[in-house]
Amino acid sequence: MTAPLVSLQNLSVQFCGNRKASALNAVNIELGAGEVLGLLGESGSGKSVTLRTLLRLHPERSTKIQGKIEVDGHDVLALKGRALDLYRGGTVSMVFQEPGLAFDPVYTIGQQITEAIRAHGAVGEAAARAQALHMLERVQIPQARRRFDAYPHELSGGMRQRAMIALALACQPKLLLADEPTTALDATVQIQVLLLLRELQRETGMSVIFVTHDIGAAVEVADRIAVMYAGRIVEQATVGDIVRTPRHPYTVGLLAATVGAEHRGQPLQAVPGAPPDLAALPPGCSFAPRCAHASERCRREVPPLESKGGHAVACWHPAQPVAEAA
Amino acid sequence: MSATLELSLPAAAPVAAPAPSRSYWRVVGRQLRRDPMALAAGLVLLLIIGAAVLAPWLAPADPYKASMLKRLLPIGSPGFLLGTDELGRDMLSRLMHGGRLSLLMGVVPVLAAFGIGTAIGLLAGYVGGRLNMVIMRVLDVFYAFPSVLLAVAISGALGPGMSNSLIALTLVFLPQVVRVAESVTTQVRQLDYIEAARMSGASAFSIIRVHVLGNVLGPVFVYATGLLSVSMILASGLSFLGLGVKPPEPEWGLMLNTLRSAIYVNPWIAALPGALIFVTSIAFNLLADSVRSAMDIRR
Amino acid sequence: MNSAPHTPSPLHDRGGPAQPLLVVRNLKKHFPVRGGPLERTKKFVHAVDGVSFSVPKGKTLGIVGESGCGKSTTARLIARLMQADSGSMVFDGEGVDEFGGIRLKEFRRSLQMVFQDSFASLNPRLTIAETIAYGPRVHGMPAAEAKRQAHDLLARVGLAPEQFASRYPHELSGGQRQRVNIARALAFDPRLVILDEAVAALDKSVQAQVLNLLQELKAERQLTYLFISHDLHVVHYISDYVMVMYLGQVVETGPVERIYGQAAHPYTRALLSAVPSMDPDRRTESSPLAGDPPNPINPPSGCRFRDRCPHAHPVCEATSPALISLPGDPAHQAACHLNDPASGHPGALPETQA
Repeated sequence: MTAPLVSLQNLSVQFCGNRKASALNAVNIELGAGEVLGLLGESGSGKSVTLRTLLRLHPERSTKIQGKIEVDGHDVLALKGRALDLYRGGTVSMVFQEPGLAFDPVYTIGQQITEAIRAHGAVGEAAARAQALHMLERVQIPQARRRFDAYPHELSGGMRQRAMIALALACQPKLLLADEPTTALDATVQIQVLLLLRELQRETGMSVIFVTHDIGAAVEVADRIAVMYAGRIVEQATVGDIVRTPRHPYTVGLLAATVGAEHRGQPLQAVPGAPPDLAALPPGCSFAPRCAHASERCRREVPPLESKGGHAVACWHPAQPVAEAA
Repeated sequence: MSATLELSLPAAAPVAAPAPSRSYWRVVGRQLRRDPMALAAGLVLLLIIGAAVLAPWLAPADPYKASMLKRLLPIGSPGFLLGTDELGRDMLSRLMHGGRLSLLMGVVPVLAAFGIGTAIGLLAGYVGGRLNMVIMRVLDVFYAFPSVLLAVAISGALGPGMSNSLIALTLVFLPQVVRVAESVTTQVRQLDYIEAARMSGASAFSIIRVHVLGNVLGPVFVYATGLLSVSMILASGLSFLGLGVKPPEPEWGLMLNTLRSAIYVNPWIAALPGALIFVTSIAFNLLADSVRSAMDIRR
Repeated sequence: MNSAPHTPSPLHDRGGPAQPLLVVRNLKKHFPVRGGPLERTKKFVHAVDGVSFSVPKGKTLGIVGESGCGKSTTARLIARLMQADSGSMVFDGEGVDEFGGIRLKEFRRSLQMVFQDSFASLNPRLTIAETIAYGPRVHGMPAAEAKRQAHDLLARVGLAPEQFASRYPHELSGGQRQRVNIARALAFDPRLVILDEAVAALDKSVQAQVLNLLQELKAERQLTYLFISHDLHVVHYISDYVMVMYLGQVVETGPVERIYGQAAHPYTRALLSAVPSMDPDRRTESSPLAGDPPNPINPPSGCRFRDRCPHAHPVCEATSPALISLPGDPAHQAACHLNDPASGHPGALPETQA
């Protein structure tokens, strides 16, 4: 087997402001070339922190990073200066939740994409413009030639997100990081953008880490899902396994809390309580205070992420898959 | 009231002490105490203000007592710790006494502008619409002039004298305070909690008092603290030009003016009032910055 | 736990159970758009354009639609946070603000609203208990009683008053803050509660808790809900009736099982099929609609959905379809020429001609 494209080893991130918050705790992720990983979690679970750490976007003075990040053979945490610039946007690029905030309002869409292409390769102005226009066409922006000269505010939310994707893919990155790219969009537009991402991934063969809080969106694009809770990965498996045979009580609760027609007229099975304070994590499993199956051991020791047949779970008392239980 | 309340909830035993909830201003205070910059600036200001307030008791000499023999003695002369001015008056005493007027001229216009400006800004921002436009456009006229020019013009029109320069400075700061108060009010007015309060059928007066005022005062207050240093410098400037305090009254700006001629004889003495103005306004600015960041802890 | 048992206040049920709690007729709101200084003609955003509906007592009407469809404006118009250009409202049989009808102040008390942004809807300078007690205090309730009521309400929404009453909003989590907002709405013993995307900003696991709380409260206090959301799953779960809006107009409305089972408007069908499948073996393969919802300034003539509709026909451009009842259930109405055999649309259902 070839080396994975992305490998996070024991990655921990602490923010030291007024209070020390452990945003990530010994996270391990491996991602092969051409693979799509969905990082699923709620606010404060560490999913966005993981992306930002991958791009080294956190202020260095107040952030303590431990562990190792390797992407395409680069030791990311050791990159400096020009190498870091080329890595950002060249090897890895990112699509943000709010495309309106990621574009500079005073330049046209086309100018910004052209600029990004020229920053990463010795390309002439005209060639870069042609390439940028081609990118806009590839993300299926209708009348791309006209939209090329449009300012960000002149585009609708869905068009802006498409343009954002064009910008991110302009330099043919090997890894695309997508941070809740469809959350701010309307339902009928969301599905279009999800389908577009899936199609572009297939065409380019790039790897994607897709962060979302919406299982539905993750199921549409991901091959594998990693469920995060309080800065740890609590479960990781193929999409099918996560949806059909979830083993961590948190994943089970999350799926049960996803309401559907079958729940009408009866109370939902809600996970009680709220996510823990990252500045004061419990000593054991961070989900234990909300878990119905928690035992003494859960409150004392952090369960390791153990993998069995490609389905990894960090729990002392995982739910038994239906087949085994029978 | 709270006693009856606790009686009505008898069975709340197992919960430990009621969660200590820090009031907002207490949190801000604690934040400030931890900030070394705020502490240093506060200490300097405390020294300067203390020296000014206690000048009649602390000053080593009479600030008006001139002596032709002892003119422009250098710093450190026996009996005159900071030397003497062009009329042989004790510099230290004059600086201490001068602080009283200078600080007064720095603080009073800002306070007045803060009070009046917040009221106008709240009205304009909350009522909105045409009234807002009229108020803001009128104030824009004042905005069109540089503040130094405006202060000089108003002060000159009203005639020299301390109270007139106080009025002039208040008028200079008023539009700025109104603008800040108006923009914060306009922002707050659109928030959902104001809508929720409107849903409860509360009167506009009650909504402004309970929900708007508390959230507008903070930012305007911070802005006003930043004006203190400007006000001091402008007041000194007016006095320097002869529009504010009149001699022989000790005032830093005026002293700077009268010592102008001594700059070739004893430059260090001539620089002293200027240095004090500088230090005081820097201290005010630093403190204002610290208050600003300490207050920004809502989330 | 220690909450006083809630005694249903006299609900002043005037109209009887058959009278809908709220009837809205032909509500309209156009916002002027400021054009350039030289532009003569004023443009208008047709935010809400002739919306009519009714909410039966004790039921939940879910309003769905995409951004710009006017669902939140509708809520604000009903709550009278905004003045409607035209239209009328009847609350439990009496016209609101009409001659001899109920007065605005009383109407407002019987109708409360919970907003999406749990943080922006709480005054950061007031403690939780003060926020809840504010409304009743305004209406002359003595301070001690208002405070006691606030504590009872906090206990009811699942926040232990001895822990939470004296906290400030920034010390609470999103779910807790939204519970406070619900408690504040309940302080008036309202009959109608408008929930404007009230659970949209919450994490999934917390969202389920709040939905359960809303269901309990509704049963306990005989509340009627107007539930505005873009989340079709949640609307399906909580609503009895559903109204689908598009560009300021109602395109379809009816009982929840009819809307989710036999949607009659192409837009409703598209909206429903745009929901991610949750099944990795049967992923969505094609998008039901192309493009974004159009700009509500100068909407298309005729049917407003026609330029995104797969069944568009010249007749859709010429005449705008009316909201008509569908066979099988008169409560199920849709505004589409396809459902009207008299419309002249070649695809119109023939069997309804009978």
